[in-house]
Amino acid sequence: MAVQSAREAPVGVAERARPGVAEQALRVLGRAWRPAALLALLFAGWWVITATGLVQPYLVASPGDTFAVIGDKFDYFWQNTLVTLWETLAGFVLAIVVGVLAAVMMVYSPTIERTLYPLLLFAQVIPKIAVAPLFVVWLGFGIEPKILVALLMAFFPVVISMVTGLKSIDPEMLQLSATMGAGPLKTFYKIRMPASLPHLFSGLKIGVTLAVTGAVVGEFVGANEGLGYVIQQANGNFDTPVLFAGLVVISLLGIVLFALVELLEYFVLPWHASRRVDAATTSM
Amino acid sequence: MRMPASSPATEAPAHMDTSVEIEDVAVRFRTRRKDVTALHDVSLSVAAGEFVAIVGPSGCGKSTLLKLVSGLMKPSKGQVTLLGEKVDGPRRDIGYVFQRAALLEWRSARKNILLQAEMRGMPSAVARERADELIAMTGLTGFEDAYPHELSGGMQQRVALCRALLHRPPVLLMDEPFGALDALTREHMNIELRRIWRETGTTILLVTHSIPEAVYLADRVVVMSARPGTIDELIAVDLPLERDYGKTMSEPGFARATGRIRDLLGAATSAD
Repeated sequence: MAVQSAREAPVGVAERARPGVAEQALRVLGRAWRPAALLALLFAGWWVITATGLVQPYLVASPGDTFAVIGDKFDYFWQNTLVTLWETLAGFVLAIVVGVLAAVMMVYSPTIERTLYPLLLFAQVIPKIAVAPLFVVWLGFGIEPKILVALLMAFFPVVISMVTGLKSIDPEMLQLSATMGAGPLKTFYKIRMPASLPHLFSGLKIGVTLAVTGAVVGEFVGANEGLGYVIQQANGNFDTPVLFAGLVVISLLGIVLFALVELLEYFVLPWHASRRVDAATTSM
Repeated sequence: MRMPASSPATEAPAHMDTSVEIEDVAVRFRTRRKDVTALHDVSLSVAAGEFVAIVGPSGCGKSTLLKLVSGLMKPSKGQVTLLGEKVDGPRRDIGYVFQRAALLEWRSARKNILLQAEMRGMPSAVARERADELIAMTGLTGFEDAYPHELSGGMQQRVALCRALLHRPPVLLMDEPFGALDALTREHMNIELRRIWRETGTTILLVTHSIPEAVYLADRVVVMSARPGTIDELIAVDLPLERDYGKTMSEPGFARATGRIRDLLGAATSAD
């Protein structure tokens, strides 16, 4: 009898109908117009201070000059972006591998946690820009020192978020798993790992933007290609439009990578609370 | 133990097999500041197929008792025998239901139920068939593909119950399974649990705070007192096997049992 009452009452289960394409497009537009307007306002401000001659062009390049130079030297920017992208991704992926492994070891062994934690903290607080020259001395002018700086920058948020995620599991869930006769490995990949993913993804989103910064910092110290190199060259030549263009491209790179991690999160965690339809509608 | 020696409820009926045997068990925790005795001098024998409810004030060690039976915890003294075998480490021949449904939110209802099978390595065809059977039995039909957040508390608890019953455990341990539900849903769940128990023949140990729930559902009710947690009295419920919810409430046997339990628990709390 409880069955019937639950089936009749719509409170038993939430509305599961998916909105149509047109409706979804409208919804995206409805959410996107505010940030778009803010961005437009910033560009307008930038344009006004350069067009009115309020600031000299060698100090701040105008939006027109900046985007024109990207168009003119498209191949140059494209090649150097690919270099920085490659360094960033290599550093980021290594940070995920090392970070997740370290987190798993720390969660399963309090001894390892106590041993590693101070070292981790030390690696995090040491200014990466100060050790980067040392990496160049050790590893040369290739992409290796850049990957290492990117790895070091992205590593910390990945470890911390993964440790938090693995520890956030309901202890009753683990007890239940023990009564199901599951071994530690099965408990890990069926319960603990998936449960930690929402936390891991918030760490990955921070990590990927830091990896871009790490790669660029590595290039500042000693490089002959990459977006950091582009900016340094432009700075040395007082080529303000190229410098500004470099900044714009680095920012775009960071935004695109961040968006890709978010997209991945969307597909990996369709079940997570932050993705629910009812949560989306109440936020509008 | 302060129970009368002649009480017919003291021991499980002799003609049945004993499912759970708790012998002179004590549990002590050592914290930094003092030793805490959670359970003291507890003995209990539960027959195969019996439904035993455990009631008592908070902190009397009711949940600890279930943890001992499942092997999730070890007693400091005494021993627990489950299905003729001494409990030593987590046992997998039981089903466990907690107050919170403890469902995996990335799995649909059916997938949550089948977790039990995946963890045990049950043949998947058998498991799927059994899951369908339980889904129908608990009234989850139509909700199999819903995710936990799309289900009401009562529905979530049904999923947890199905998961606990999937491998046909001879013993089901329930730790305040309906404690978080509203009163009406709770009544429905009581009726259904009673029916499921009669259909499956599983031995059930149920920890609850609700006296009517304990008496309606159980063959015997274990009344515990706190500090140190020990069994005060075993009450045999004098009600027919076939129990209509509304009618049972007005039976004299129901009033006698609930009254006696209230007296005991009232005495326990005023003695604090």
